[in-house]
Amino acid sequence: MPVAKLEANRPKPQYTEFHPRWYRPKVSVYWWLGEWHYLKFILRELSSVFVAVFVIETLLLLNALRHGPDAYAQFLRSMQNPWVIILNVISWFFVVFHTITWFNLAPSATPVRVGGKRLPDVMVAAPAYGGWIVISAFIAWMVLR
Amino acid sequence: MTKHESNEPFFWILFSTGGMLAALFIPIHLLLFGLAFPLHWLAAPSYDQLMALVRMPLVRIYLFVLCALPLFHWAHRFRYTLYDGLKVKHLNELIFIFCYGGATLGSIIAAYLLWNLG
Repeated sequence: MPVAKLEANRPKPQYTEFHPRWYRPKVSVYWWLGEWHYLKFILRELSSVFVAVFVIETLLLLNALRHGPDAYAQFLRSMQNPWVIILNVISWFFVVFHTITWFNLAPSATPVRVGGKRLPDVMVAAPAYGGWIVISAFIAWMVLR
Repeated sequence: MTKHESNEPFFWILFSTGGMLAALFIPIHLLLFGLAFPLHWLAAPSYDQLMALVRMPLVRIYLFVLCALPLFHWAHRFRYTLYDGLKVKHLNELIFIFCYGGATLGSIIAAYLLWNLG
């Protein structure tokens, strides 16, 4: 049968005064546990919690500095608490995970074009890694010298 | 065309700037003060050494920005983690206030502490 004939035979869409029922499958709260990509996404988002943990520790350090040498010594001792060290080990891995995922996303977020051609992703991500190393070395030098 | 006004771009700029700062600066800070000094890999700087650093105006501005913007980065991500990840959509306003209120409070505390350092 020709297509035109089929089109003509198709019943006219019916309109009702009621809103049609949408097809919305129910998604489990744990939808992100099934697949590595989803889990990675949630872990990446959760890294922000450890960013906040770092800021709180920095505020505690500044508060200790404000109160004088004894408070600073007390701060250094409290950072030696095994639970705090465990928290900081976990935090550090999450923060580095944030850094790596952030740099690897940068080429997709800001594609750089040179002469009408898009630069390869590595060319955009590599300077970020280079900057990371230089900045880290500079901060370590400032604090340790 | 309808005019679409939203403050989402503003929050997104805070999110992305804070994310960049967190990515570049936080790992080394945390490595030094969270692991290297407490575990005696390196000797912690003395009180006077740190105070000499913190007295420099540029270092104070740096520390303020390092606290404030990553907090807004956290606010944005944590908000959407609760929203999409854990699907708590009915508490949207409360989550917004908790996240951005927390980030604002943390920034004010950072400004206060840095302003009042000797």
